[in-house]
Amino acid sequence: MPQTPHAAAPLIDVRGLSFARDELPVFGPLDFQVERGEALLVQGGNGAGKTTLLRVLAGLLDGVHGEVRVDGVPAGPAARAGRLAYLGHLPGLKADLSTLENLEYLCGLLGRRPSLGLEDALAIVGLAGYEDAPARSLSAGQRKRLSLARMWLSPAPLWLLDEPYANLDLPGIELVNRMVRAHLDEGGGALVTTHGAYAAPPVRTRLLELSGARE
Amino acid sequence: MSEASTPTLASAARALVRRDLRLLWRRRGDALQPALFAILVVVLFALAMGSERELLARAAPGVLWVAVLLSGLLALDTLFRGDAEDGSLEQWRLAPVPLAWLVLVRTLMHWLTTAAPLLLAVPLLAELLYLPRPLWPVMLLALGLGTPLLSLLGAVVSALTVGMRRAGVLLALLALPLYVPVLVFGAGSVAQAAQGHDPAGGLLLLAAGLLLALVLAPVAAATAIRIASQ
Repeated sequence: MPQTPHAAAPLIDVRGLSFARDELPVFGPLDFQVERGEALLVQGGNGAGKTTLLRVLAGLLDGVHGEVRVDGVPAGPAARAGRLAYLGHLPGLKADLSTLENLEYLCGLLGRRPSLGLEDALAIVGLAGYEDAPARSLSAGQRKRLSLARMWLSPAPLWLLDEPYANLDLPGIELVNRMVRAHLDEGGGALVTTHGAYAAPPVRTRLLELSGARE
Repeated sequence: MSEASTPTLASAARALVRRDLRLLWRRRGDALQPALFAILVVVLFALAMGSERELLARAAPGVLWVAVLLSGLLALDTLFRGDAEDGSLEQWRLAPVPLAWLVLVRTLMHWLTTAAPLLLAVPLLAELLYLPRPLWPVMLLALGLGTPLLSLLGAVVSALTVGMRRAGVLLALLALPLYVPVLVFGAGSVAQAAQGHDPAGGLLLLAAGLLLALVLAPVAAATAIRIASQ
């Protein structure tokens, strides 16, 4: 795991965070922390602001009120770099590239743990034998698995998983839970969004309920 | 930690270059489109003007520049659109290297894959328009300095419109005013040389513009991407 500048500080520390789009509040104000070895389950119905919250934490959206600290450092591009890995609705895969080439490109850009090979990661997520298949030929679930392989290779201690269970079959859901548990065992943390409690990693979990700030 | 773990500027650039070269090879037909478009414009122009050698030779620098500029405009929308639509840009923004650096690498790759084939076709186009041989080096030098400048200016405009579904005409409207000085100095330096004057002035201005754009355009484009993808 990557070395940490502030081993005692929570991976992410959020105080009074709120976000409004066109003056309409989307969520907040929220206060929460994610410690090492801990997962935060973000629940809420459609439109409750789960994705927005994760995008704000990833630094993809500006115009927020409140304070976010990553590893004890006020969040900015430098504080986030290499500490956050984000799995969103858009996987960032190139349809014309093969599974392995996509993984190689994303890891080249985002960094990877040196201990694990690309093929090994593909095998872990159940894509062994698909190394040379172009991403366009993969099913939605297989693409999600490919993104999970990217997360698994990421050196970042904090995972932001937006609907990681979407499109996955039962073994896939089990895979996500296994990966989150292994990541937490190594001292990482995770924020996981989901609409319901039907799928949750069996780990030390805090729950954050987003109900939507609108009346 | 081994060097593979945290991407440096060089390793991130290498990953992006390798990706773009692979994509180019998978879709090699598309890569020739800008060059084909420029050839088409020049051939049609030559046909429309008839066989008046003198007239064609005099119009050649302007026609060549306009053909190159329009074909570049045609390819501009593909600069960031694909990466915006599949979520690549989001991952670029999370990468531990500056977004401006990735934008610069991507823009230079885009230039290499769309404008460079065109530069190779310039001798053919110049021959079609009876551009006098002694002017070819000036023409190539002006295009060699001008097309990367057009790509960098285009990157800023393309980044500004990346959040829109269909940017077509707006992209052209925003880009053309920025392209005009490049066109004026580029075609102007060749015209100067044709009249026996020293073309150095226009060429030096293009070179200065290119240096300035190399530094500023990626930063501006990166900021535009951040704003456009809110």
